[in-house]
Amino acid sequence: MAAAAPDEHKPARRWHIAVFLAPAVLVYTAIMIIPLFSTLVQSLFGPEGGQRVFVGLRNFQTLFGDPRWAASFWNALWNNTWFFIIHMLVQNPVGVLLAAILSNPSLRLRGFYRTAIFVPTILSFVIVGFVWKLILSPLWGVAPNMLDAIGLKHLFAPWLGQEGAALTTLALVSVWQFVGIPMMLIYAALLSIPDEVIEAAEIDGVTGAKQFFKIQLPLILPTIGIISILTFVGNFNAFDLIYVSQGAQAGPNGATDILGTLLYRTFFGFQLQQGDPNMGAAIATMMFLIILVGVSIYLFGIQSRMRRYQF
Amino acid sequence: MISKSRLMSASAGLVLALAATPLMAQQTTLVIESWRNDDLTIWQQTLIPAFEAQHPDIKLQFQPTAPTEYNAALNAKLEAGSAGDIITCRPFDASLALFEDGALADLTDLEGMGNFSDVAKSAWSTDDGAQTFCVPMASVIHGFIYNADAFAELGLEEPTTTDEFFAVLDAIKEDGTYIPLAIGAVDQWEAASMGYHNIGPAYWHGEDGRLALIAGDAKFTDEEWVEPLRVLARWGEYAGDGYQAQTYPDSQNLFTLGRAAIFPAGSWEISLFEEQADFALGAFPPPIPAAGDTCYISDHTDIGIGLNAASTNAEAGRTFLNWVASSEFAELYSNALPGFFALSNGAVTLENPVANEFVSWRENCESTIRPTYQILSRGTPNLENDNWLHASNVLSGAETPEQAAEAIQAGLDSWYTPGMYE
Repeated sequence: MAAAAPDEHKPARRWHIAVFLAPAVLVYTAIMIIPLFSTLVQSLFGPEGGQRVFVGLRNFQTLFGDPRWAASFWNALWNNTWFFIIHMLVQNPVGVLLAAILSNPSLRLRGFYRTAIFVPTILSFVIVGFVWKLILSPLWGVAPNMLDAIGLKHLFAPWLGQEGAALTTLALVSVWQFVGIPMMLIYAALLSIPDEVIEAAEIDGVTGAKQFFKIQLPLILPTIGIISILTFVGNFNAFDLIYVSQGAQAGPNGATDILGTLLYRTFFGFQLQQGDPNMGAAIATMMFLIILVGVSIYLFGIQSRMRRYQF
Repeated sequence: MISKSRLMSASAGLVLALAATPLMAQQTTLVIESWRNDDLTIWQQTLIPAFEAQHPDIKLQFQPTAPTEYNAALNAKLEAGSAGDIITCRPFDASLALFEDGALADLTDLEGMGNFSDVAKSAWSTDDGAQTFCVPMASVIHGFIYNADAFAELGLEEPTTTDEFFAVLDAIKEDGTYIPLAIGAVDQWEAASMGYHNIGPAYWHGEDGRLALIAGDAKFTDEEWVEPLRVLARWGEYAGDGYQAQTYPDSQNLFTLGRAAIFPAGSWEISLFEEQADFALGAFPPPIPAAGDTCYISDHTDIGIGLNAASTNAEAGRTFLNWVASSEFAELYSNALPGFFALSNGAVTLENPVANEFVSWRENCESTIRPTYQILSRGTPNLENDNWLHASNVLSGAETPEQAAEAIQAGLDSWYTPGMYE
């Protein structure tokens, strides 16, 4: 017994922790962390005399200093921002509204609505882009005919071909596709509010819309925060929808060019334009930094100040 | 990065090996990379059987990608070591860059190269013409394809001058049965290749204008380069409703469904149109600015075919390329794909009347290639892509022809000084 006692006090080496972590760490390192850092490194290199050599921040100087590169970059960044604004103004409020309606116990066919609204989210971008392109086509689309049927044909325009309307149209298509996600998350958050809180509010005379804004909304704010940050990351990484519906040139006249399509054209080249992996990496690095800054502002500036309620 | 590309090529090799195992062991399989996904059936039903009948030890696999993705996909595959053995070559700089990077093998000493003129080889040779790296396969000619039944119905004649061309468009528009012109702005390249580069050579005098541009003696802001943009701007009112959002497939469908009367075209459309349209087709060359002017056509060296320098089946690849250079291939190809005109010197008999009409223009019109392809698209911003953008802006009315010309020239001036590549 005496011999066994010291063993028990010796801290056991917990090998199992390392063993269990290893697969995730290895896979994540191999397919996320190493490529991320090699992209960051690649942005500091450039061709010189047929060789790829270290050029410091030259690619970034070109990106911001050359009027053409700078114009494309700021245009893409603004378009990205507008894409995000539309999502924040339309997707998330509509998601909250749908969730509030769905959580109303007197609504019938709830399961059906929930599924129907969520289905577009699981569709491929390619299908969504193609289907909407057809719907909105001035030649074969159902949109002009449907507007015609209710006497509003004059409201129809070839939106995807108009500089002013194309990006907003695509943003709304994206909203249509993804509105199911905020709806589901907020629906779950609303369901998790205990009945006692609602009942207490009702006893105090807080009902209807007032109840929603005074009681439920504050309780789901953390969820809305998470949704906003997911939207932010998703929008600034967006590429597929624009590429599928407008092509890599992101027309008309660059009106739908976002950072993702600019990166694609620069990195891989387009038609007669040769690809430039180093400039592409510089743009990818800027995208990474923009998202990093956005997420940091949220994490340190907003989330840490948010009040949480425990039941 | 090195280990990653090795890993990728190793896994690609493994996949190929697995795919090849069921086949007979001594057979070589050549994978052909191409952007011509429209040609899949022609390769599978005509060209591949013809070749495999003569070379039973070599199997061919035609593996096309979508045209707009081809260059990017090919470059990525070459870099990763997973590209096919045979590479379909875009003309001029895209392929030249691949050759200079060592991705394409030198084919200067291929026996079959003797069948081609220097002009045909120029699109796939180094600037000094010393080395050739792709076998010239085909050129395409631009012009206009029209619905001959509609022309007969409305009593219209093929126009020869720009004024006659617009008179015909006015007549079709007035009648109202047909959309006069099937062209859209949203895909951009339609406006450049089928619009600006189609009608333009008549104004900038073909090769003279193109070479003057390279030499710096001409600018896009010169009258002969702006005028075709002004003509293009007038096309907008004859295109269908919402042509700003009309894609290239939309335009093709409008025409083949008989809803549009005239299609600004490249000869590559012929086979597809003949298959889909149930009316008679006709074709006329780009209109000349005034009666009596020389006519010019864009006769663009468009497709070559080369050998992946990293291919392990180089011997079989060269055997195949020699066959591509033969007159037998030229005959098969030109007839299987009316509208792609083989570039080899041997005479080829064409059976398709519309294709014959296109190729007959070579006799009395001057030929030129697209002005943006040689040398001028080496820098950033890319001249060809700028042409797409601004030509489509002119067509959709977003820019005036003068603004577009200025923007194109400013883009070119930002990196190009005449003589910098001599």
